[in-house]
Amino acid sequence: MELFWLAISTIAIGVFGCVAWFWGSNWILDRIYPPRGPNAGDNIRKAGQIRPWLFLGPALLFLGVYLVYPIFDSLWRSFHNARGTDFVGGSNYAWLMNDGKFRESMRNNLVWLLVVPALSTVFGLIAAQLTDRLKWGNIGKSLIFMPMAISFVGAGVIWKFIYEYRAPGENQIGLLNAIVTALGGDPQLWLTLIPWNNFLLMVVLVWIQTGFAMVILSAALRGIPEETIEAAILDGASPWQVFFKIKVPQIMGTIAVVWTTITIVVLKVFDIVFVMTNGQWGTQVLANLMYDWMFRGTPDYGRGSAIAIILMLLVTPIMIWNIVNARREVR
Amino acid sequence: MEGMAGQKSSLVWTVNIAAFLLVLLWTIPTLGLLVSSFRDRDQILTSGWWQSFSPSTATGFVRTGTGDDAVQRDGVYVIEGNVLAEGQSLIGWGTRAREPAAYEPGDTAEIGDGWQVTVAADGTYRMTSDAPFEMRRGERIFVTTGAPARLTTENYNRVLTAEGLGRAFMNTLTVTIPATVIPILIAAFAAYALAWMEFPGRAILTAAVVGLLVVPLQVALIPLLRLHNDLGIGKGYLGIWLAHTGFGLPLAIYLLRNYMIGLPREVIESARVDGATEFQIFRKIILPLSFPALASFAIFQFLWVWNDLLVATVFLGNTREQLVMTGVLRELMGSKGGEWEILATSAFISIAVPLLVFFAMQKYLVRGLLAGSVKGG
Repeated sequence: MELFWLAISTIAIGVFGCVAWFWGSNWILDRIYPPRGPNAGDNIRKAGQIRPWLFLGPALLFLGVYLVYPIFDSLWRSFHNARGTDFVGGSNYAWLMNDGKFRESMRNNLVWLLVVPALSTVFGLIAAQLTDRLKWGNIGKSLIFMPMAISFVGAGVIWKFIYEYRAPGENQIGLLNAIVTALGGDPQLWLTLIPWNNFLLMVVLVWIQTGFAMVILSAALRGIPEETIEAAILDGASPWQVFFKIKVPQIMGTIAVVWTTITIVVLKVFDIVFVMTNGQWGTQVLANLMYDWMFRGTPDYGRGSAIAIILMLLVTPIMIWNIVNARREVR
Repeated sequence: MEGMAGQKSSLVWTVNIAAFLLVLLWTIPTLGLLVSSFRDRDQILTSGWWQSFSPSTATGFVRTGTGDDAVQRDGVYVIEGNVLAEGQSLIGWGTRAREPAAYEPGDTAEIGDGWQVTVAADGTYRMTSDAPFEMRRGERIFVTTGAPARLTTENYNRVLTAEGLGRAFMNTLTVTIPATVIPILIAAFAAYALAWMEFPGRAILTAAVVGLLVVPLQVALIPLLRLHNDLGIGKGYLGIWLAHTGFGLPLAIYLLRNYMIGLPREVIESARVDGATEFQIFRKIILPLSFPALASFAIFQFLWVWNDLLVATVFLGNTREQLVMTGVLRELMGSKGGEWEILATSAFISIAVPLLVFFAMQKYLVRGLLAGSVKGG
């Protein structure tokens, strides 16, 4: 109950503080440059130059402190030793290049990067197309979209249960092993099965991200002008041709957006690996490796930060691509 | 596949069936968890959840009483008892582990030493011997039992009280609500400035917001933790609220700006001509009109904060009292990996609220996704 009041009062203070800032600073500005009287025109112009910054102030403060400053601080730390006391040049990066776990993480991240966006987009596209004109299509969409609301940790539990193992001869309680044994195979300890365990972890993320891809692509498919499709059908195109030769090329831009968005998620993938295997049995990924170096045992902020910077470098191309696209839209 | 005159009905069927299979494939994992959370421990561990609506069979053994429990009756020594637990029925029994169903209920079996055992259908056993029983531990009777399909809410009671999930639920709520409300306000003002005010640097700031959308928050963990320590905020609710506010802002500003820029120019211009101040325009025109975008972001931020593990692990303490639900769940996966009744129930409690929000507000979520599909998890 105490917690509850703490939360309520924080909301009240936060909301009140924000309102007080925005309202108060505007009020003061209007006092200093009153928009009436002899200098009204001049005052309005001056106030108009300052006011945007009053509106932007808190946001810029937060963005600066919580996102921009950390990038530079991490960069600085990545060139320093474990405790951030001595400059060590590029030795953290040199160490990374020769570290077995880092290479494993890079390799795994690369595979994740190839598999998850591709499968999510393909399944999303299939789901969008299949459910498009069905009577129960919206319910179907909701259900495919649902995993999006489930936490990675929750999804980890759900899928770990599916991969659960019982010794041969016992009743398998994990769905996957039950299917495998029903088909005459031997039950497997899936999560320790190198290298397939990696793919089984990827399945979890594909399961979550397919709904996202479906929603975006479904909207894009509906945006295709009817006339184009009707014209193709009149020309005798088969449903397959309509789909692959008319629809897919038209939504290529959206597919690219979906693909890159999922790519970002994949680069940062952490929770799934963290709770299901914790990077054992050859499943390490960058974000989890970084967590290990930063928070397990004796923290090494230098190496941890170096890994964080590598992650940052990996998302940079997409960041630039997004900015370029956004600017093109504005014009 | 669509709008065609004279569609082939076989194609319609194929599409229906394929769509159904896909939906089924995507639903089954969650369904398994939901069903399992209502099954009792023994059933979860001995049969798959898909069998939970048919009676389950299990094998095990029960030890009889020892010589001390024996009574002498009509010249023979007798040990009596019951092999069944509440709600079980006896399918078969045996005296060796290899054959747990060698005998039918009611049969009598010889065990060496001239002892005889009878197990009745109601589970009562009677072991007799002409000579006094001499044994330190009871004999083992192996039983194959059946239990009727049974669903129970017992797991929920147990998990909410004993496993500390009730507390974690409150913690999560405490983290989530302020971390959802505060960024909205801050972002709304900033978005209005970016969308409708003229000032130098506007384009660059807008681009910067788009760029910040994808910054991996892993980069921010250590610097911010140090910063919070230096400022005296340390680990706690204040720190995590601030962190989530900062991490959520780029998406908030981006979504809201994109929405606000689409609002009709005439309304805003005419208000300006009528002498309304920017603050009044914002409060009386922009804010009410932007409700759908505000709702979209609120849902995003709510789901993201509620489901987050990393930020909570780093910025909130890791003691039992401070854990959020994802944290508890993670801990349970480590310490109670095999106790699926606890795991499944806890997991379901932790995903229930996001699922409710999801189904109730799906419209806004979809709208938000379509407007801001640049940011990833």
